[in-house]
Amino acid sequence: MKKHTLTGTLAALLTLGGLSVPALAGPEDVVVVNAWSRASIGMNRPGAAYMTIRNTGDEPVTLIGLATPLAMMPKIHETKTNAEGVSSMSPAGEIAIAPGESVALEPGGLHAMLMRLQEPMTEGDTFPLTLLFDDGGEVTVEVPILGIAARGPED
Amino acid sequence: MRRRAILGYGAAGVGAVALMLFVGWWQVDGPGGPEPIGQRPVALTAMDFRLTDHEGNAVGPETLIGRPTMAFFGFTYCPDVCPTTLSDISGWLDDLGDGADEMNVAFITVDPERDTVETMAEYVGYFHPAIRGWTGPEEQIARVADGFRATYERVPTESGDYTMNHTASVFLFAASGRFVTMIDYHEPREFAVPKIRRALEEEMEGAT
Repeated sequence: MKKHTLTGTLAALLTLGGLSVPALAGPEDVVVVNAWSRASIGMNRPGAAYMTIRNTGDEPVTLIGLATPLAMMPKIHETKTNAEGVSSMSPAGEIAIAPGESVALEPGGLHAMLMRLQEPMTEGDTFPLTLLFDDGGEVTVEVPILGIAARGPED
Repeated sequence: MRRRAILGYGAAGVGAVALMLFVGWWQVDGPGGPEPIGQRPVALTAMDFRLTDHEGNAVGPETLIGRPTMAFFGFTYCPDVCPTTLSDISGWLDDLGDGADEMNVAFITVDPERDTVETMAEYVGYFHPAIRGWTGPEEQIARVADGFRATYERVPTESGDYTMNHTASVFLFAASGRFVTMIDYHEPREFAVPKIRRALEEEMEGAT
Protein backbone atom coordinates (compact mmCIF):
# COMPACT_ATOMS: atom_id res chain seq x y z
CA MET A 1 0.00 0.00 0.00
CA LYS A 2 2.74 2.35 0.98
CA LYS A 3 4.69 1.50 -2.16
CA HIS A 4 1.72 2.33 -4.36
CA THR A 5 1.39 5.72 -2.79
CA LEU A 6 5.06 6.41 -3.38
CA THR A 7 4.84 5.25 -6.97
CA GLY A 8 1.90 7.54 -7.59
CA THR A 9 3.71 10.51 -6.09
CA LEU A 10 6.83 9.86 -8.14
CA ALA A 11 4.81 9.48 -11.30
CA ALA A 12 3.02 12.75 -10.59
CA LEU A 13 6.29 14.54 -9.88
CA LEU A 14 7.99 13.28 -13.02
CA THR A 15 4.99 13.97 -15.19
CA LEU A 16 4.80 17.50 -13.84
CA GLY A 17 8.49 17.84 -14.66
CA GLY A 18 7.68 17.34 -18.32
CA LEU A 19 9.09 13.84 -18.47
CA SER A 20 7.43 10.82 -19.95
CA VAL A 21 5.52 8.56 -17.60
CA PRO A 22 8.06 6.61 -15.56
CA ALA A 23 7.86 2.85 -15.44
CA LEU A 24 7.98 1.31 -12.01
CA ALA A 25 6.28 -1.94 -12.81
CA GLY A 26 9.14 -4.36 -12.24
CA PRO A 27 12.18 -3.85 -10.08
CA GLU A 28 11.02 -0.72 -8.27
CA ASP A 29 14.57 0.64 -8.30
CA VAL A 30 14.62 1.07 -12.06
CA VAL A 31 13.08 4.26 -13.44
CA VAL A 32 12.81 4.86 -17.17
CA VAL A 33 12.32 8.44 -18.34
CA ASN A 34 12.29 10.37 -21.61
CA ALA A 35 11.43 7.35 -23.75
CA TRP A 36 10.82 8.15 -27.41
CA SER A 37 11.13 6.68 -30.86
CA ARG A 38 10.77 7.72 -34.48
CA ALA A 39 8.05 6.81 -36.91
CA SER A 40 9.00 4.25 -39.54
CA ILE A 41 8.36 4.10 -43.26
CA GLY A 42 6.53 0.80 -43.55
CA MET A 43 7.77 -2.33 -41.79
CA ASN A 44 10.91 -3.25 -43.69
CA ARG A 45 13.29 -0.91 -41.94
CA PRO A 46 14.37 -1.39 -38.34
CA GLY A 47 13.14 1.15 -35.81
CA ALA A 48 15.07 2.69 -32.94
CA ALA A 49 13.95 3.76 -29.46
CA TYR A 50 15.71 5.93 -26.92
CA MET A 51 15.36 6.52 -23.17
CA THR A 52 17.23 7.08 -19.95
CA ILE A 53 17.36 4.13 -17.54
CA ARG A 54 18.07 5.11 -13.96
CA ASN A 55 19.00 2.76 -11.13
CA THR A 56 17.67 4.43 -7.98
CA GLY A 57 18.47 1.46 -5.75
CA ASP A 58 21.45 0.33 -3.69
CA GLU A 59 22.35 -2.69 -5.84
CA PRO A 60 23.68 -2.79 -9.40
CA VAL A 61 21.18 -3.89 -12.05
CA THR A 62 22.04 -5.51 -15.39
CA LEU A 63 19.90 -5.06 -18.47
CA ILE A 64 20.10 -8.26 -20.52
CA GLY A 65 17.41 -7.88 -23.16
CA LEU A 66 14.25 -6.34 -24.56
CA ALA A 67 10.82 -7.55 -25.53
CA THR A 68 7.99 -5.84 -27.40
CA PRO A 69 5.01 -6.99 -29.45
CA LEU A 70 6.06 -4.36 -32.03
CA ALA A 71 9.21 -6.15 -33.16
CA MET A 72 10.30 -9.79 -33.33
CA MET A 73 13.95 -8.91 -32.63
CA PRO A 74 14.41 -5.98 -30.30
CA LYS A 75 18.01 -5.60 -29.15
CA ILE A 76 20.25 -3.04 -27.55
CA HIS A 77 22.72 -1.85 -30.16
CA GLU A 78 25.50 0.66 -30.00
CA THR A 79 26.54 3.06 -32.73
CA LYS A 80 30.23 3.94 -32.71
CA THR A 81 32.05 6.49 -34.82
CA ASN A 82 35.77 5.93 -35.32
CA ALA A 83 38.63 8.41 -35.82
CA GLU A 84 37.98 8.47 -39.58
CA GLY A 85 34.36 9.47 -39.01
CA VAL A 86 33.03 6.06 -40.04
CA SER A 87 30.05 4.97 -38.01
CA SER A 88 29.13 1.36 -37.37
CA MET A 89 26.57 -0.45 -35.26
CA SER A 90 26.78 -3.65 -33.24
CA PRO A 91 24.91 -5.43 -30.42
CA ALA A 92 25.85 -3.90 -27.08
CA GLY A 93 25.53 -7.03 -24.93
CA GLU A 94 24.59 -6.74 -21.27
CA ILE A 95 24.47 -3.30 -19.69
CA ALA A 96 25.29 -2.97 -16.01
CA ILE A 97 23.95 0.11 -14.22
CA ALA A 98 25.59 0.92 -10.89
CA PRO A 99 23.48 2.12 -7.93
CA GLY A 100 22.52 5.76 -8.41
CA GLU A 101 23.71 5.75 -12.02
CA SER A 102 21.85 6.20 -15.30
CA VAL A 103 22.40 4.85 -18.77
CA ALA A 104 21.26 6.98 -21.68
CA LEU A 105 20.00 5.37 -24.87
CA GLU A 106 20.33 8.26 -27.30
CA PRO A 107 20.97 8.91 -31.00
CA GLY A 108 24.48 7.97 -32.04
CA GLY A 109 25.13 5.80 -28.99
CA LEU A 110 23.26 3.01 -27.28
CA HIS A 111 19.77 2.50 -28.63
CA ALA A 112 16.98 -0.05 -28.65
CA MET A 113 17.09 -1.45 -32.17
CA LEU A 114 13.69 -2.78 -33.22
CA MET A 115 14.27 -5.39 -35.89
CA ARG A 116 11.52 -7.23 -37.78
CA LEU A 117 8.71 -4.79 -37.11
CA GLN A 118 5.29 -6.39 -36.91
CA GLU A 119 3.51 -3.19 -37.85
CA PRO A 120 4.55 0.27 -39.03
CA MET A 121 5.51 2.76 -36.34
CA THR A 122 3.03 5.59 -36.72
CA GLU A 123 3.62 9.09 -35.39
CA GLY A 124 1.35 9.79 -32.41
CA ASP A 125 1.05 6.12 -31.39
CA THR A 126 2.84 4.43 -28.51
CA PHE A 127 4.08 0.88 -27.98
CA PRO A 128 5.10 -1.08 -24.88
CA LEU A 129 8.78 -1.95 -24.52
CA THR A 130 9.85 -4.34 -21.75
CA LEU A 131 13.35 -4.19 -20.33
CA LEU A 132 14.58 -7.57 -19.06
CA PHE A 133 17.05 -7.72 -16.18
CA ASP A 134 19.41 -10.51 -15.12
CA ASP A 135 17.56 -11.11 -11.84
CA GLY A 136 14.39 -11.95 -13.77
CA GLY A 137 12.90 -8.51 -13.16
CA GLU A 138 11.09 -6.66 -15.91
CA VAL A 139 10.19 -3.04 -16.44
CA THR A 140 7.69 -2.07 -19.12
CA VAL A 141 7.60 1.44 -20.50
CA GLU A 142 5.15 2.92 -22.99
CA VAL A 143 7.23 4.53 -25.76
CA PRO A 144 5.72 7.42 -27.72
CA ILE A 145 6.35 7.45 -31.48
CA LEU A 146 7.41 10.88 -32.71
CA GLY A 147 8.04 12.10 -36.28
CA ILE A 148 10.82 10.66 -38.45
CA ALA A 149 12.79 13.88 -38.13
CA ALA A 150 12.51 14.02 -34.31
CA ARG A 151 15.75 14.77 -32.51
CA GLY A 152 14.79 14.10 -28.91
CA PRO A 153 11.94 13.32 -26.52
CA GLU A 154 10.55 16.87 -26.76
CA ASP A 155 10.51 17.11 -30.56
CA MET B 1 78.51 16.68 -2.16
CA ARG B 2 75.03 18.02 -1.97
CA ARG B 3 75.57 20.06 -5.07
CA ARG B 4 76.66 16.98 -6.98
CA ALA B 5 73.50 15.19 -5.95
CA ILE B 6 71.39 18.04 -7.30
CA LEU B 7 73.35 18.04 -10.54
CA GLY B 8 72.79 14.33 -10.72
CA TYR B 9 69.03 14.77 -10.38
CA GLY B 10 69.15 17.53 -12.94
CA ALA B 11 70.88 15.31 -15.47
CA ALA B 12 68.39 12.54 -14.84
CA GLY B 13 65.56 15.03 -15.28
CA VAL B 14 66.91 16.27 -18.60
CA GLY B 15 67.34 12.66 -19.68
CA ALA B 16 63.74 11.84 -18.73
CA VAL B 17 62.41 14.84 -20.63
CA ALA B 18 64.48 13.92 -23.69
CA LEU B 19 63.17 10.37 -23.53
CA MET B 20 59.59 11.60 -23.24
CA LEU B 21 60.07 13.90 -26.22
CA PHE B 22 61.52 11.04 -28.23
CA VAL B 23 58.69 8.68 -27.30
CA GLY B 24 56.18 11.39 -28.14
CA TRP B 25 57.78 12.00 -31.53
CA TRP B 26 57.93 8.25 -32.22
CA GLN B 27 54.25 7.79 -31.47
CA VAL B 28 52.92 10.89 -33.19
CA ASP B 29 55.12 11.72 -36.19
CA GLY B 30 57.75 8.98 -36.18
CA PRO B 31 57.73 5.38 -37.36
CA GLY B 32 55.41 4.38 -34.50
CA GLY B 33 52.74 6.83 -35.58
CA PRO B 34 49.39 5.91 -37.11
CA GLU B 35 48.92 5.85 -40.85
CA PRO B 36 47.73 9.21 -42.16
CA ILE B 37 43.98 9.07 -41.88
CA GLY B 38 41.10 11.00 -43.31
CA GLN B 39 42.55 12.20 -46.59
CA ARG B 40 40.80 15.36 -47.74
CA PRO B 41 38.15 15.02 -50.41
CA VAL B 42 39.18 16.26 -53.84
CA ALA B 43 37.51 19.38 -55.27
CA LEU B 44 34.13 18.80 -56.89
CA THR B 45 35.70 20.05 -60.14
CA ALA B 46 38.06 17.04 -60.04
CA MET B 47 35.27 14.49 -59.47
CA ASP B 48 33.50 12.46 -62.13
CA PHE B 49 30.30 10.56 -61.41
CA ARG B 50 26.74 10.28 -62.71
CA LEU B 51 23.82 9.80 -60.34
CA THR B 52 20.05 10.40 -60.26
CA ASP B 53 18.33 12.66 -57.75
CA HIS B 54 15.09 11.77 -55.98
CA GLU B 55 13.06 13.49 -58.70
CA GLY B 56 14.72 11.48 -61.45
CA ASN B 57 17.07 14.22 -62.69
CA ALA B 58 20.57 13.29 -63.86
CA VAL B 59 23.11 14.80 -61.47
CA GLY B 60 26.88 14.92 -61.19
CA PRO B 61 29.58 17.05 -59.58
CA GLU B 62 28.71 19.91 -61.94
CA THR B 63 25.23 20.04 -60.35
CA LEU B 64 26.87 21.20 -57.13
CA ILE B 65 29.27 23.78 -58.55
CA GLY B 66 28.16 27.41 -58.43
CA ARG B 67 26.56 27.18 -54.99
CA PRO B 68 28.03 26.05 -51.66
CA THR B 69 27.30 22.42 -50.86
CA MET B 70 26.59 20.21 -47.87
CA ALA B 71 26.83 16.50 -48.67
CA PHE B 72 26.29 13.42 -46.54
CA PHE B 73 26.50 9.67 -47.14
CA GLY B 74 23.94 7.32 -45.61
CA PHE B 75 21.08 4.96 -46.39
CA THR B 76 17.37 4.97 -45.71
CA TYR B 77 17.38 1.67 -43.78
CA CYS B 78 19.70 3.28 -41.21
CA PRO B 79 17.75 3.50 -37.94
CA ASP B 80 19.99 5.79 -35.90
CA VAL B 81 22.79 7.85 -37.46
CA CYS B 82 21.11 8.84 -40.74
CA PRO B 83 17.78 10.17 -39.46
CA THR B 84 19.71 11.93 -36.69
CA THR B 85 22.09 13.58 -39.16
CA LEU B 86 19.28 14.54 -41.54
CA SER B 87 17.43 16.06 -38.57
CA ASP B 88 20.61 17.91 -37.57
CA ILE B 89 21.04 19.21 -41.13
CA SER B 90 17.39 20.31 -41.15
CA GLY B 91 18.02 22.19 -37.89
CA TRP B 92 21.15 23.88 -39.26
CA LEU B 93 19.25 24.93 -42.39
CA ASP B 94 16.52 26.43 -40.20
CA ASP B 95 19.22 28.37 -38.32
CA LEU B 96 20.70 29.68 -41.56
CA GLY B 97 17.35 31.09 -42.66
CA ASP B 98 17.70 32.67 -46.11
CA GLY B 99 21.24 31.29 -46.41
CA ALA B 100 19.74 27.83 -46.74
CA ASP B 101 18.23 28.78 -50.10
CA GLU B 102 21.70 29.45 -51.47
CA MET B 103 22.97 25.94 -50.72
CA ASN B 104 22.97 22.51 -52.31
CA VAL B 105 22.26 19.73 -49.84
CA ALA B 106 22.82 16.18 -51.11
CA PHE B 107 22.10 12.98 -49.21
CA ILE B 108 23.97 10.30 -51.17
CA THR B 109 23.00 6.67 -50.54
CA VAL B 110 25.61 3.99 -49.96
CA ASP B 111 22.91 1.32 -50.34
CA PRO B 112 21.67 1.70 -53.94
CA GLU B 113 20.32 -1.85 -53.89
CA ARG B 114 17.49 -0.81 -51.55
CA ASP B 115 17.51 2.95 -52.06
CA THR B 116 15.79 3.45 -55.40
CA VAL B 117 14.78 6.89 -56.68
CA GLU B 118 11.26 6.38 -55.26
CA THR B 119 12.61 5.27 -51.87
CA MET B 120 14.88 8.30 -51.69
CA ALA B 121 11.98 10.60 -52.65
CA GLU B 122 9.79 9.26 -49.87
CA TYR B 123 12.58 9.41 -47.30
CA VAL B 124 13.92 12.92 -47.93
CA GLY B 125 10.32 14.17 -47.96
CA TYR B 126 10.33 13.87 -44.17
CA PHE B 127 13.18 16.36 -43.74
CA HIS B 128 14.06 19.92 -44.81
CA PRO B 129 12.90 20.59 -48.41
CA ALA B 130 16.42 21.72 -49.41
CA ILE B 131 17.73 18.15 -48.92
CA ARG B 132 18.06 16.21 -52.19
CA GLY B 133 18.43 12.43 -52.27
CA TRP B 134 20.95 10.97 -54.72
CA THR B 135 21.26 7.36 -55.82
CA GLY B 136 22.69 5.47 -58.78
CA PRO B 137 24.46 2.33 -59.92
CA GLU B 138 26.81 0.71 -57.46
CA GLU B 139 29.96 1.56 -59.44
CA GLN B 140 28.95 5.23 -59.63
CA ILE B 141 28.35 5.31 -55.87
CA ALA B 142 31.86 3.89 -55.48
CA ARG B 143 33.22 6.74 -57.62
CA VAL B 144 31.50 9.45 -55.56
CA ALA B 145 32.72 7.91 -52.32
CA ASP B 146 36.23 7.74 -53.74
CA GLY B 147 36.17 11.42 -54.66
CA PHE B 148 34.92 12.35 -51.21
CA ARG B 149 37.41 9.89 -49.60
CA ALA B 150 34.37 8.43 -47.85
CA THR B 151 34.14 4.75 -46.99
CA TYR B 152 31.25 2.33 -46.72
CA GLU B 153 30.91 -1.37 -46.12
CA ARG B 154 28.04 -3.83 -46.14
CA VAL B 155 27.71 -5.74 -42.84
CA PRO B 156 25.30 -8.64 -42.19
CA THR B 157 23.04 -8.29 -39.15
CA GLU B 158 21.80 -10.99 -36.80
CA SER B 159 18.28 -10.62 -38.21
CA GLY B 160 19.57 -12.04 -41.50
CA ASP B 161 19.50 -8.60 -43.08
CA TYR B 162 22.37 -6.24 -43.64
CA THR B 163 23.38 -2.79 -42.50
CA MET B 164 25.98 -0.37 -43.85
CA ASN B 165 28.96 1.10 -42.04
CA HIS B 166 29.71 4.46 -43.60
CA THR B 167 31.41 7.82 -43.15
CA ALA B 168 28.99 9.85 -41.06
CA SER B 169 30.57 13.31 -41.41
CA VAL B 170 28.90 16.10 -43.37
CA PHE B 171 31.13 17.49 -46.15
CA LEU B 172 31.18 21.22 -46.93
CA PHE B 173 32.26 22.60 -50.30
CA ALA B 174 32.47 26.22 -51.47
CA ALA B 175 30.61 27.43 -54.55
CA SER B 176 33.87 27.06 -56.50
CA GLY B 177 33.80 23.33 -55.73
CA ARG B 178 36.72 23.58 -53.32
CA PHE B 179 36.45 21.38 -50.22
CA VAL B 180 36.07 23.65 -47.15
CA THR B 181 35.70 21.42 -44.10
CA MET B 182 33.77 18.62 -42.46
CA ILE B 183 31.17 18.62 -39.71
CA ASP B 184 31.66 15.56 -37.53
CA TYR B 185 28.80 13.40 -36.36
CA HIS B 186 27.43 14.84 -33.12
CA GLU B 187 29.24 18.13 -33.58
CA PRO B 188 27.30 20.71 -31.56
CA ARG B 189 25.17 23.15 -33.49
CA GLU B 190 27.19 26.15 -32.24
CA PHE B 191 30.23 24.76 -34.11
CA ALA B 192 28.41 23.35 -37.11
CA VAL B 193 26.46 26.45 -38.15
CA PRO B 194 29.50 28.80 -38.23
CA LYS B 195 31.31 26.24 -40.41
CA ILE B 196 28.42 26.33 -42.88
CA ARG B 197 28.44 30.13 -42.80
CA ARG B 198 32.15 29.96 -43.69
CA ALA B 199 31.33 27.92 -46.81
CA LEU B 200 28.60 30.45 -47.65
CA GLU B 201 30.89 33.45 -47.13
CA GLU B 202 33.51 32.01 -49.42
CA GLU B 203 30.93 32.17 -52.16
CA MET B 204 30.36 35.88 -51.47
CA GLU B 205 34.09 36.61 -51.65
CA GLY B 206 34.37 34.71 -54.90
CA ALA B 207 31.45 36.65 -56.34
CA THR B 208 32.90 40.10 -55.69
